[in-house]
Amino acid sequence: MTPAPPQRTDKADDPTPAYRATPLRRAWAFVRNTWRGLTSMRTALILLFLLAVAALPGALLPQRSVNERNVNGYLAEHGWWGSLLDSLQMFDVYSSVWFSAIYLLLMVSIIGCLVPRTSDYVRSMRSKPVLTPRNLRRLPHHERAETSDDVDAVMAAARKRLRGWRLTEREEAGGARSISAERGYLRETGNLLFHFGMLGVIISFAGGALYSYEGQVVVLADGTEFCNSGIYNYDSFEPGLQVDGTQLNPFCVRVNDFDARYRNGQPVAYESDIDYQSGEDLTTGTWRSHHLEVNEPLRTAGDRLYLLNHGYAPTFTVTFPDGQSRTQTIQWRPVDQQTYLSEGATKFEEPGITDPAERRERQLAVTGLFAPTPSMHGSILSSAGPQLNNPTVAVDIMRGDLGVDSGRGQSIFEIDQSMVEAGRLERVARENLEVGQSLTLEDGTTVHFDGVERFVALQVSHDPLQNWVLASAVVMFAGLGASLFIKRRRLWVRATPAGGDGQPAGAADDTAADDTAADDTAADDTVAGDGAADNTAAGDTASGDTAAGDTAAGDNGPSERRTVVEVGGLARTDQAGYGEEFTRIAADLLGRK
Amino acid sequence: MPVNETLSQYSDWSYTTSVVVYILAMVFFLVEQSFGRHGRQAAERTRSRELVGAGTGNRNTDPGNRNTDPGNRNTDPGIGNTGSGNGNTGPGNGNTGAAPTRAERFGRMGVALTVLGLLLHASALVLRGLATARVPWGNMYEYVMITCFVAVAAWLVLLRKHPVRHLSMFVLLPNVILMFVGGTWLYAVAAPLQPALQSYWLIIHVAAAAASSGVFLVPGVASIFYLIKARNESHPEKFAKFAAKLPAKDVLDRVAYRTTVFAFPVFTFGVLCGAVWAEAAWGRFWGWDPKETVAFIAWIVYAAYLHSRATAGWRGNRAAVINVIGFAVTVFNLFFVNLVTTGLHSYAGVG
Ligand code: HEM
Repeated sequence: MTPAPPQRTDKADDPTPAYRATPLRRAWAFVRNTWRGLTSMRTALILLFLLAVAALPGALLPQRSVNERNVNGYLAEHGWWGSLLDSLQMFDVYSSVWFSAIYLLLMVSIIGCLVPRTSDYVRSMRSKPVLTPRNLRRLPHHERAETSDDVDAVMAAARKRLRGWRLTEREEAGGARSISAERGYLRETGNLLFHFGMLGVIISFAGGALYSYEGQVVVLADGTEFCNSGIYNYDSFEPGLQVDGTQLNPFCVRVNDFDARYRNGQPVAYESDIDYQSGEDLTTGTWRSHHLEVNEPLRTAGDRLYLLNHGYAPTFTVTFPDGQSRTQTIQWRPVDQQTYLSEGATKFEEPGITDPAERRERQLAVTGLFAPTPSMHGSILSSAGPQLNNPTVAVDIMRGDLGVDSGRGQSIFEIDQSMVEAGRLERVARENLEVGQSLTLEDGTTVHFDGVERFVALQVSHDPLQNWVLASAVVMFAGLGASLFIKRRRLWVRATPAGGDGQPAGAADDTAADDTAADDTAADDTVAGDGAADNTAAGDTASGDTAAGDTAAGDNGPSERRTVVEVGGLARTDQAGYGEEFTRIAADLLGRK
Repeated sequence: MPVNETLSQYSDWSYTTSVVVYILAMVFFLVEQSFGRHGRQAAERTRSRELVGAGTGNRNTDPGNRNTDPGNRNTDPGIGNTGSGNGNTGPGNGNTGAAPTRAERFGRMGVALTVLGLLLHASALVLRGLATARVPWGNMYEYVMITCFVAVAAWLVLLRKHPVRHLSMFVLLPNVILMFVGGTWLYAVAAPLQPALQSYWLIIHVAAAAASSGVFLVPGVASIFYLIKARNESHPEKFAKFAAKLPAKDVLDRVAYRTTVFAFPVFTFGVLCGAVWAEAAWGRFWGWDPKETVAFIAWIVYAAYLHSRATAGWRGNRAAVINVIGFAVTVFNLFFVNLVTTGLHSYAGVG
């Protein structure tokens, strides 16, 4: 994951034929090579890519975890292709075997990257800046000048200028002295933090999948209560892998009202006043009030309660021929989130009938469409807006066997179509009703549209690990910043007495330079011990080394110049832009303005 | 606060005018690009003469000239390390002090026009914001508008440091297309925000998303050029004409890398803020909503890009390919996810 030292991977590839290959050794070699392969940067890269590719179908195909209905629709539409995709877990991508496998491998790979990097890191934090290379001219950045100050003064000035850098000073042959300076260690720190943070996110995210739960429920906004006491109180409930629904955090809410505000037909606010009780309050019976809004969940008892949506619940009263009546208010489902045109089915049993066979002939359902602001296209009802503005229903009255006793689960929003197809449920009337209007069936039964109640769609969420995810993500982000913006860089200053016995070191080395340059940098790596391969000077810098520097030195008469000062610099990471800083420092050190 | 129709009308005019000005700027860049060859050659000749004359010991002031990648040793020297010593002498730098050629003058006028377009673009944004009394990034149209704004601004900033002015056309072109699409198909009248979007996270999250997407446009284009240039270097007959006008590969690589390094943390921040917001708005911080998923994919691809540049055998061409993929995913996220799939992000959608 991190810029792994390339030369190490090279070594890993080295064949080691000196050993005799016993089966045990071979097995060990296999394990070791697998481990090395898995934890190499290249593997991590490929795994990252695989993860990206594997996540893609989840964006293109409907997902059960997001919208089960869309999945069923897709399956119904696409026949064998749909079932094939289904058997490949394409509709449950993020809990699929293959996605989890990549996820796990990546986790292992990151850990494998991190272990050796951490120890390298500790070692490099303790090590001293590396020896000054013999020939600074071979470095990517190099400048040189002569000065009238003596070596001590140059060194003192350099130390002062390089405050904040990690320094070592060394005596060299011929009265020369040099300083090695290094800076930007935080880059490595940031890099490690980033990867540990990422690991933290991965682990706590996976943990969340075990212990979280999420339930949705529709509650009428007329003082109806709801309690988080068992999963059967919910309309839908998604438990984490380790949640069986018996240990929900207990709390209760009572939804007093719901209000939506509109401007030019556009919603601008949804809010609901609720009372809730949790913890102690449950035993003392105290209710606390809370104002619930979109974007402002209630946080209590370790759970969160959200206002997700709202909708309408029409109230119908059915008066049977014998004078008895039944009134029901059942939520209808919004089918258009803009206009809140809704559909639903309100189901009635005729009272006083004991014979089950007869009862199954006389059940009633009021089903159809509800429009808060009606707009008629011919005789088809649709809605022009979400506000209650002469609300109207277009209903079919169905009579017969609703199939409620069949043992099959029923949707509260629909009638059982198979009963219609079997001819056991028949339409006996179709009409549009405004509030206060009613219709009368052949046998004298009347259906009266009394009015509309509002409901809220609530969600309860629980994820004990989400704060860990957040903390890890923040660590990851901070580390990312440090590792991208801090430059790890080195600087060397060498002051050599001019004249006397000592020639400027750089000049002395001139001819031999080509051969030694490689050694210099090699030494450099080993001393550094952190393996990040420096750019070997050989390829890069040779071409840049025109004679300009020498000319500059030559220009100055040696008479009052007593010290040759050379500055060399090397940025250790993939970060262009050290040049500017180097030029500034060099200008200061060499006394140029 | 009702919407101020007058201001919103001015905003629309500003928007349209800025597109027109960008197109005009493109024409100028096109002139520089196509008639500029002779001029540029002349300019280069003068410059090289000057450089020789000015060899006064400051040859190292050419920043970042050398490739200082770690692990360089392992790569084929021909790949990682081509432009040793002369990476930064791309044409059109304009800092030689020599009198600008005619082509150069066109280029500079193009820049001036781009700046003008950007100012109009900015006023379109500001007026939208004033008209609706909220941040001007609450639907797709506005989102495209601010993303393009960031892209152009980022490019202008880059021009100050990198010799790539004559490529401006190729940055303006996708930008103008995006703005055209935004202003026609995605246009939405100024309106207040949906309840779900009324949160200060809208300001932070969407600003970060727009800023990073906008900046990502630049490395996307630079990496495409990189690939063209590389192809030309291995097969000189391919793209011969066009590649001659491109700056050296390592200039393109550096432009791509530096902009990505800037945009990636911003993008990361945007996704993190999105997650925090999602926790408050949708009941979970992450739920594989299509936009979340594609954002995740884009994040991974860019992370892979940053890593690939530090991995032997991956930098150069492969890194550029990854970067182009990242850009493609970003554009995909902007359009496909909002317009085709149904996810929770759709309500910030069109119209
Ligand atoms: C984990 C959660 C989230 C992620 C990863 C996420 C990601 C993104 C990304 C990447 C964009 C940029 C779009 C592009 O490049 O095309 C974006 C835009 C946007 N996001 Fe989010 N987001 C999240 C949560 C939210 C939430 C909770 C809301 C609001 C309730 C929201 C509202 C918006 C809006 C309004 C835009 C700009 C307009 C648009 O593209 O539709 N996001 N989001």
